[in-house]
Amino acid sequence: MKSKRRSFANSPFWTALMTVVCVIYLYPIFMVFMNSLKVETAITTSGAFTLPTADTFAGLSNYANAIGAKGFLVSFGYTAFITVSSVVLILICCSMCAWYITRVNSAASKVMYYLCVFSMVVPFQMVMFTLSSLADKLRLNTPWNICIIYLGFGAGLAVFMFTGFMKTIPVEIEEAAMIDGCNPIQTYFKVVFPILRPTMVSVGILEAMWVWNDYLLPTLVLDIKKYRTISMLIQYFRGSYGRVEMGPMMACIMLTIFPIVVVYLLGQKHIIKGVVAGAVKG
Amino acid sequence: MEKALKRYFPIFVLPTLAAFIIGFLIPFVQGLYLSFCRFTTVGNAQVVGIGNYLKAFADSTFTYSFWFTVLFAAVSTVVINVLAFLVALLLTRAIKGTNVFRTIFFMPNLIGGIVLGYIWQILINCVLSLAGKPLLALNTAAGYWGLIILMAWQQIGYMMIIYIAGLQSVPGDLLEAAQIDGATSWQTLWKIKIPMVMSSITICVFLTLTNSFKLFDQNLALTKGEPSHTTEMLAYNIYNTFYARSGPQWKGIGQAKAVIFFVLVVAIGLIQLRATRSREVQQ
Repeated sequence: MKSKRRSFANSPFWTALMTVVCVIYLYPIFMVFMNSLKVETAITTSGAFTLPTADTFAGLSNYANAIGAKGFLVSFGYTAFITVSSVVLILICCSMCAWYITRVNSAASKVMYYLCVFSMVVPFQMVMFTLSSLADKLRLNTPWNICIIYLGFGAGLAVFMFTGFMKTIPVEIEEAAMIDGCNPIQTYFKVVFPILRPTMVSVGILEAMWVWNDYLLPTLVLDIKKYRTISMLIQYFRGSYGRVEMGPMMACIMLTIFPIVVVYLLGQKHIIKGVVAGAVKG
Repeated sequence: MEKALKRYFPIFVLPTLAAFIIGFLIPFVQGLYLSFCRFTTVGNAQVVGIGNYLKAFADSTFTYSFWFTVLFAAVSTVVINVLAFLVALLLTRAIKGTNVFRTIFFMPNLIGGIVLGYIWQILINCVLSLAGKPLLALNTAAGYWGLIILMAWQQIGYMMIIYIAGLQSVPGDLLEAAQIDGATSWQTLWKIKIPMVMSSITICVFLTLTNSFKLFDQNLALTKGEPSHTTEMLAYNIYNTFYARSGPQWKGIGQAKAVIFFVLVVAIGLIQLRATRSREVQQ
């Protein structure tokens, strides 16, 4: 879009103002970073804003401590595994289900569709108790198979977004493939799947953001003594008795934020597109 | 084609359907049923009728957290949407570095609620202690405003992205026509831009309102409901009723609260959608 207005509207004043705002915006993260470099005794409530000095500078020891003794790496592994397995499962199963729902015009499809839409508005507190006891009963309470629960709970959004997009694909391409002798599975993977790729990216990003940061579901379903995702680990530290070790804590937070920022900067375009696509569904 | 596809129902639909039944349908129906029961585990439920609902409404912590949540949702929705819209307006102008600014504003959104809550707890406590005020654990007002600032920090970027997409889809010839007709930029904003992005406003208000109502992680991490449950929001109150209170009656009451909460969220969503949808312009 070309703006023809010059003058005040495009003056450097706004750039300067936004720069200041952005610096303030990023300050909280910078503050944590600063504190993660301090020695334990220097991290105090009222001293959170002071920069580390030669006396209080701890180098990377807090990071080493967080990764080694505090089990950050293990938690990171669990979180990564849960996120990847859940998102892959959601993308494949829900897109197949959505294709069936859009192409088969039956009562079952309609019921399934409306149930999915309905599940999107239900707050998690409504099902948290019964879901966690059901998960225990079915032994879906390890990081290796919790993705099945995520598939069930994340299906709403995914099916909804996929059906929304599939309605816009002409059915003729698929019919042609079928006439040429493809069975539905071949048609799906050879014709529909490639067309869906941009939507896959959008849905995948939205679901990944949710699963990666989710706290309550894994807390209720997983055994916290055995498995901790990153969110659980941070909350667990704070809840444990005695004085919380602030240094490793801050390092943990930075280590949590860092990969997110890297992924974000690499895939920024897709992430923002995914957000817009996810929002327009409403 | 439909016929051929129908035979493949087990492959295409069954995995999702099975997981959906386990992950959502059964827990939901069971939850509805249990809200009329007295129970400590799903296995030992005894039907007690609507007693749980009456007790839920009689529980003063619940009604308090309801009003606290309403107050929070109203203020945060207005704050987030106004600021996000202003930022979007600025960043759709041809100012230098707008892509960098967008990137930065969106970033907090990707960080999880628990981590965000913790970061802001450190920051706000530091400010409070430098100002000589009581810390978050003893300061209800700071907890309330802290939650609002935290929510705004997290969500402005997200809403900004949606508003930017909306503003960019306003046809250029419309703006040009307005300019030729002599409209000031103030008039263009109110008479053209805002009506044209009404659908974005609907979405953003819907998202911020329901997000604020359902807020849990941030509440837990920032204030933990302290001091003495005065910053406890609905979702956290329900959680505490389930897991922090002793006595066999509380799980049933918690489930009843959860049903009330669910009805409330759905009702608010529907009312809000109807209210703003009617103001949208068809292109």
